[in-house]
Amino acid sequence: MSKNYHEFFEKSAGWLAIGTVVAISFGTLVEITPLLFLKETTEPVDGLKPYTALQLEGRDIFIREGCTNCHSQMIRPFRHEVERYGHYSVAGESVWEHPFLWGSKRTGPDLARVGGRYSDDWHHAHLMDPRSVVPQSNMPGYPWLDENLLDGELTPKKMEIFNKLTKGKMHANDEDGVMYSAEEIAAATDSVKGKTEMQALIAYLQSLGTALK
Amino acid sequence: MSSFWSTWIIVLTIACIVFCAVILTWNLKNHVGVKEGESTGHDFDGIEEINNPLPKWWTYMFYATLIWSVYYFAAYPGLGNYKGFLNWTSSNQGIKNLAESKAAVEQNKLEGKNVQLDREYAAANETYAKEFAKYTNRDIMDLAYDPEALKIGQRLFLQNCAQCHGSDARGQRGYPNLTDDDWLYGGTPDKIKETLLYGRKAAMPGWGDALGEQGIKEMTAYVLSLSGRKVNDKEAAAGKTKFGMCAACHGADGKGSLAHNLPFGAPNLTDNVWLYGGSHGAVEETLVKGRNGQMPAFKEILGEEKIHIISAYVYRLSRPEESSK
Repeated sequence: MSKNYHEFFEKSAGWLAIGTVVAISFGTLVEITPLLFLKETTEPVDGLKPYTALQLEGRDIFIREGCTNCHSQMIRPFRHEVERYGHYSVAGESVWEHPFLWGSKRTGPDLARVGGRYSDDWHHAHLMDPRSVVPQSNMPGYPWLDENLLDGELTPKKMEIFNKLTKGKMHANDEDGVMYSAEEIAAATDSVKGKTEMQALIAYLQSLGTALK
Repeated sequence: MSSFWSTWIIVLTIACIVFCAVILTWNLKNHVGVKEGESTGHDFDGIEEINNPLPKWWTYMFYATLIWSVYYFAAYPGLGNYKGFLNWTSSNQGIKNLAESKAAVEQNKLEGKNVQLDREYAAANETYAKEFAKYTNRDIMDLAYDPEALKIGQRLFLQNCAQCHGSDARGQRGYPNLTDDDWLYGGTPDKIKETLLYGRKAAMPGWGDALGEQGIKEMTAYVLSLSGRKVNDKEAAAGKTKFGMCAACHGADGKGSLAHNLPFGAPNLTDNVWLYGGSHGAVEETLVKGRNGQMPAFKEILGEEKIHIISAYVYRLSRPEESSK
């Protein structure tokens, strides 16, 4: 009878943990690491534009209210999805997204290309009380968005962070190579101050999916 | 993909599979130092650990998945830049604009590439294209009295238009009723199709600042008087003197832009159809804040073939009684 080689892992919690990490890291190393360096996943589509200050604030409200819990932003390349939502999502549309909001649950419809599908008024009515326009909807209303005002204090900071995160991923013909110029950042607070969260969220929704054209 | 990352993926993936196979095979032999079926000498709380072999069914399934992975990596794209012998992809990747996407679809067709989404579309086209083709070259007026076309139109309407105009097409506050034969941009088949294809954008400015509180009161009275409502005559008369600024879009007679062949979508104020409500308060609100009604463009979303059929359905909505033209 030979020696029990298992004992090495069985009797040392530290080595067991290291061995486990090595075993499960294969997937990450193969499926995720290369994507960080691929052209296709780091170059924006031609029509991609940075969010305006208002859209950027709207995006944060989208995150805060947990919209991703029920709405994905990822049209998969199946005919039944493309017919309903529009052209399937491509990698170049998401290269500036931090964090990405692809989501994985569709209690409500996908929103990846909702921009321009409805009027601003419709979104307002729908967010105040979804059943006022879609009687069978089970989405909650978000009436407080219409009362909360943005102060824009953190907007410039957010834009600076986006500048850092998207470094080296701007359009090839973009000369300064940053998402937001110093002037845009300086003007950001004033451009959103006093607007309602509702206006910001609608501005964000109207921008979704319009980059691929 | 650069050859470095391609190699990286291939090496790691194959190493992972080989690693699994080696560990599994190695564990089929007894390395514990205790005979099979005998106690390993570990016991806790009266429970003894017996040195039993791996279950056979489990072992065979593990081998089956290993064999499957070899086939899978040979057939499908998974190993770096290797495309797999089926030459299968789910969709076209690396697309930067819609033109590229369309070009890629055509290119795949020429090269006979095995693209899942393209194949799904080809199969659907075979079934449905001939259905739509039946209607594309027929006049909208003609389709409006074809029960089959109307059925298709209704389906499309319910899926794409009912969110705003309602499933009964009677609209709601801010979204026109399509069944009343009262039109903002025109109810001829061509105009309806134009609205659906390219959308509409109405812009009524707010007059709150220009008219002031008293001015708004007077104008509200005059606007309501146009459709025969009972109002304060003195106020209405005062409002009438300022109606000139409204006349540019609504016409001097208040009959709306359509009556004057203008494309502004300014409603007729002399009838009793109210897009944003005809109460005193609602009209006042409209005057103070203005309105910006918007119909989205559906050309890119639905395509002209479907819009052609929806146009017929919408045309017919306000003429339900007529059985033929």
